[in-house]
Amino acid sequence: MSRILKHRLFWPVVVLVALLLLNLVFTDGFFRIEMKEGHLYGSLIDIFRFGAPLILVATGMTLVIATSGIDLSVGSVVAIAGALACMRISDLSDQNSVAGVLSAVGIALVLSVVLGLWNGFLVAGIGIQPIIATLILMVAGRGLAQLITDGQITTVQSSSYKLIGGGYWLTLPFGIIIVAVVLALTAFLTRRLALGLLIESVGGNAEASRLAGISARGVLIMVYAFCGLCAGIAGLMISSNVSSADGNNAGLWIELDAILAVVIGGTPLSGGRFSLSGTVLGALIIQTLTTTIYSIGVPPETTLLFKALVVTIVCLIQSPAFRAKVFHRRRRPVPASTAPEEKVRVSA
Amino acid sequence: MLKRISALILAGATALTMAGCGSSDSGSGGSGDSSGGGAKDGKIVMGFAQVGAESGWRTANTKDIQETAKEAGIDLKFSDAQQKQENQIKAIRSYIQQKVDVIAFSPVVESGWDTVLKEAQNAKIPVILTDRAVDSQDTSLYKTFLGSDFIEEGKKAGQWLVDQYKDSKDDVNIVQLEGTTGSAPANDRKSGFEEVVKADPKFHIIASQSGDFTRAKGKEVMEAFLKSNPDIDVLWAHNDDMGLGAIEAIEGAGKVPGKDIKIITADATHDGMQALADGKINFIVECNPLMGKQLMELAKKVVNGEQVPQRVVTEETTFTQEQAKEVLPSRKY
Repeated sequence: MSRILKHRLFWPVVVLVALLLLNLVFTDGFFRIEMKEGHLYGSLIDIFRFGAPLILVATGMTLVIATSGIDLSVGSVVAIAGALACMRISDLSDQNSVAGVLSAVGIALVLSVVLGLWNGFLVAGIGIQPIIATLILMVAGRGLAQLITDGQITTVQSSSYKLIGGGYWLTLPFGIIIVAVVLALTAFLTRRLALGLLIESVGGNAEASRLAGISARGVLIMVYAFCGLCAGIAGLMISSNVSSADGNNAGLWIELDAILAVVIGGTPLSGGRFSLSGTVLGALIIQTLTTTIYSIGVPPETTLLFKALVVTIVCLIQSPAFRAKVFHRRRRPVPASTAPEEKVRVSA
Repeated sequence: MLKRISALILAGATALTMAGCGSSDSGSGGSGDSSGGGAKDGKIVMGFAQVGAESGWRTANTKDIQETAKEAGIDLKFSDAQQKQENQIKAIRSYIQQKVDVIAFSPVVESGWDTVLKEAQNAKIPVILTDRAVDSQDTSLYKTFLGSDFIEEGKKAGQWLVDQYKDSKDDVNIVQLEGTTGSAPANDRKSGFEEVVKADPKFHIIASQSGDFTRAKGKEVMEAFLKSNPDIDVLWAHNDDMGLGAIEAIEGAGKVPGKDIKIITADATHDGMQALADGKINFIVECNPLMGKQLMELAKKVVNGEQVPQRVVTEETTFTQEQAKEVLPSRKY
């Protein structure tokens, strides 16, 4: 029992279950999943479907944060990737041609990686602090996206492009399949190979890692490029879901949601250690919260307050120091030897 | 293509220097033309401070003002504030220094304009607000406010709905996609619509959430509505984009937009009008960006010292599906 309680994903799971229970009480048929038009249909499917871009962005963000960095530019990359892909597709003579859509998607993803490499270059090559280095692209990127689309919302009529974010494959939303593949690959690369260890070591102490023979610079650049790629895929999903690119609003503030997802998932902002499953849980909590707000009908004026309250509770409940203070009398005192370890957790 | 690429590079470079040095002087909104001076050749000089270019609506608005100024023989000095109040204040100050005859602008936000408007007043330059209002207590600071009446737009939407269902006794379940919480169009379209609809107890607004005026949010919120409310008869979306997103959600749920669920939106953008002509939207209340002609007339009157009303409403109409098919080929935006 105490082992389950101490597991670092225990509290995020509790919060997710609590949110779902809230819906069980307030919303009829929240857990009903049916087949409609040959695919699965229901609120739970929606949470995964609309949460998919956030999970992707947060996955990239997790690795960046594990190197004790941060990437504020993901929202802009989301907008740029969607804008470029839609622009290319709208120039096609046959918008449904698979080859044309694939090339548009390819170009958008290549650009996303290039933008990620640019961030990595600024951070690792020049040594600018990550928050400043990525702020540049965060500010400039939206302008780029607007330039690509001429400040307009670009609409495309392409059923092949639509598949990425709004389509279904084997009754499942295609976006979920993409997320599953990306997650599986990331988990394999970081947990089965040594890459995860290298990332954590760079995050723990970049200089010590370098002296130990790890190419800290290479690891950093790669991680930012990967984060750019994830954001790019998310951007394609978001724009494909509504068959249009909106340079102004696509992925607006998604960087903050992604950072929040990472933090809820138990990855400390100080870097050095990360949890992919925690991040996925964190992203699902955020999306469930959003869907809950729509379903139970929280008035729009108080939506932000409601979100803030839930997030505050989530963060407090995850802090061992807070739990120790509040539930002090019911439990035996925390042994002093574990104190430094727990302090790291509080900063999460 | 080459032009676009070079423009991209240039924009990137500019943005970089801006972010790099963080100087307060960057991006003065392109108001730096120095020709200046009042009406030497008898031409009226107007300084116009635009919000930015955030939507197709705004682009059409800008283009119309530039074209009508040329037609009316008014010398237009134009600046783009890129959604930032400080840029707009800077642009207005530069117009005051250049001693233009009249200043017009669409305020980015409602508050914080008293100081700069006082400066204009002291320089005896009349000010016309377009499209958006300011919340200043002192209405003598500007001559007139030319713009849409969002409450009226909401009422028009509600009235159409009441007329559609006037022979029916059954309950009508309405869901509402609101604009960005706290924005004037969202507040006013909501209250105008609800005022008309609530007069009849058979209309029920069963759910109302913000879709932030975007397609993506409109779709997401509508998906949730469709699941938590099985019987939706009518959707009222505060702009076309949210309506277009919602249409996708409705189609995904196996229902027919325009038939199973009637859809009313506002704005009448090109994509919205297309959907209306295709029968996916039932009714659109126009929010007209083509206010240039009215603005130029007002400007001439104001400069000549004639009296103008404190509030001028832009000429706006509504569109049914048949009307959309007719006007669609000749729409400017």
